[in-house]
Amino acid sequence: MSSPHLKTNRPTEPTEASPMPATVTEPETRAPDRMSMHRSRLPHWAPWLVAVVAAALSALLSLTLGWSVAGWAVLAVVVYAVALPGWSRVVENSRTALDRLVTTLVWSAFAVALVPLVSLVTKVLVEGAPALSAEFLTFSMRNVVGEGGGIYHAIIGTLLITLAATLISVPVGLMSAIYLTEYGNNGRTARTITFLVDVMTGIPSIVAGLFAYALFVLFFGEGVRLGFGGAVALSLLMMPIVVRSCEEMLKLVPADLREASYALGVPKWRTITKVVLPTSLAGIITGVTLAVARVIGETAPLLIIAGSTDSVNMNLFAERMMTLPVFIYYSYTQPGVPAEFGQERAWGAALVLIVIVMALNLLARAVGHYFAPKSGH
Amino acid sequence: MAKSIDVSDLDIYYGDFKAVQNVNMTIQSRSVTALIGPSGCGKSTFLRSLNRMHEVIPGARVEGKIVIDGQDLYGPDVDPVDVRRQIGMVFQRPNPFPTMSIYDNVLAGSRLNAKRLSKAKGDEIVEKSLRGANLWTEVKDRLGKPGQGLSGGQQQRLCIARAIAVEPQVLLMDEPCSALDPISTAAVEDLIHELKTDYTIVIVTHNMQQAARVSQETGFFNLAAAGEPGELVEMNPTAKIFGNPDEKATEAYISGRFG
Repeated sequence: MSSPHLKTNRPTEPTEASPMPATVTEPETRAPDRMSMHRSRLPHWAPWLVAVVAAALSALLSLTLGWSVAGWAVLAVVVYAVALPGWSRVVENSRTALDRLVTTLVWSAFAVALVPLVSLVTKVLVEGAPALSAEFLTFSMRNVVGEGGGIYHAIIGTLLITLAATLISVPVGLMSAIYLTEYGNNGRTARTITFLVDVMTGIPSIVAGLFAYALFVLFFGEGVRLGFGGAVALSLLMMPIVVRSCEEMLKLVPADLREASYALGVPKWRTITKVVLPTSLAGIITGVTLAVARVIGETAPLLIIAGSTDSVNMNLFAERMMTLPVFIYYSYTQPGVPAEFGQERAWGAALVLIVIVMALNLLARAVGHYFAPKSGH
Repeated sequence: MAKSIDVSDLDIYYGDFKAVQNVNMTIQSRSVTALIGPSGCGKSTFLRSLNRMHEVIPGARVEGKIVIDGQDLYGPDVDPVDVRRQIGMVFQRPNPFPTMSIYDNVLAGSRLNAKRLSKAKGDEIVEKSLRGANLWTEVKDRLGKPGQGLSGGQQQRLCIARAIAVEPQVLLMDEPCSALDPISTAAVEDLIHELKTDYTIVIVTHNMQQAARVSQETGFFNLAAAGEPGELVEMNPTAKIFGNPDEKATEAYISGRFG
């Protein structure tokens, strides 16, 4: 292409509305002084055609060999992933063929990732929806044998314990994050804290529960059970998440804004409280909410320290407290006789727990949107 | 309320790295002093040391004396926060506070320091500062809107209004027009002309026409060699620097033969 005469503003590839005939061979047959940017393309319906053919072929084979639906799907994807890039390689070029292959792989990976999520939600919805009723949400399990009863006591327990855990871990976590980003200067202390936070992220939840139990045994003696202990255990699990997410959010605040504030003669602590925190507030709230969503379904520590009960307990500082995960665990493993009612309640509670977590996630998004700095206009 | 600044034997460090060495200059009150020189020669570093913004960067420190109104800025009993209240700064990129309205941005100096202002007093400061920054007519109908909704040039003038709202003695400007289009630049330059009747202004610029247009005094910074600290090569009235400089290096730089 030594003498390009680019007279037209042709796109590098023809649009799908005007597909080139696949038989055109180029650029060799063109006049040598013209720079060609046209290539043969598969028709835009080619992927669909290949998909249908692959599905049919695979169905034929699965039927003859007696494979399951999963086997059919895997085979269809494999046939598709071989056929379409192969066809593309013959008609188009190797770069487009590779592009089609990778596109196929990415979409398959996406589908694989979606399978457990969709099947989980469907299963919980199908099993749990029949259990839902006004009674289910407003009654405890006190004096209930067999049918009836509800999860009011577990909802209350979960909400109270999670709230208390949030109240413990957010101040500590947020202040640690402020220290790390604003005062730590990446020195020895800051690096040590970061390391310890990373270690804390890996604490198994059962260990957090045992720690809280051991801690409260010191005060109340063996066999202690109280909701606040559960909150302490959960806050241990929440704290590293809060520190990490707050740290990332605070780091996102541009240094420009801090300097703008310093240059007005504003002290550092006011700069942090009045400029840095408000600017990153949306992200911090989102991070905290996601941390809450992460620990609200914890079971193991609550089994140990919060215990299990059939009655409503509003007091975090005395007696056992039921929570949704523990309720699900006991209703499913010890459903009573007959077993079907207990298991139905377990599924119902699982559905309620998922709804709460989802609501929290939606809330986090809404809050993030609401508190984000406005762009104006 | 404008003050002159005397700088003597100033060395500026980033950790162990000496960025600027042996600066001696006097900055006249109620005038505009321009600092020019190639990138990396320490102009901005020097400017930031004038209101102790330099030490915000971890490991950064300063040796030597900067005296304003008989007081050494780096004296042991001087609070950098008080220094910055007296010596305001405008940055290269406009940086209005994203969480605040235009009105609150202008009052940020008082608001962030939790000073109580009556509504009337606040309105007065806002109007005075915005008029001072040639921005009042453009924004007076949308003072409640976020500052980040303004154009780049308007944002920069908002930042200038914010800086003069606290009535500093000195105004430092670090390439205030480098992110602006020619029209906004002209607006900011007009503003600098007006402000110099009340303030001592120090401006860092890469635009030599700008230095020639706005300043009375010009200082030329240069590096002796790559890796060496920057130095003040020449400091003279602007007309002399651009007409008949004392130093060969200055002439070479302003005529575009290097840098």
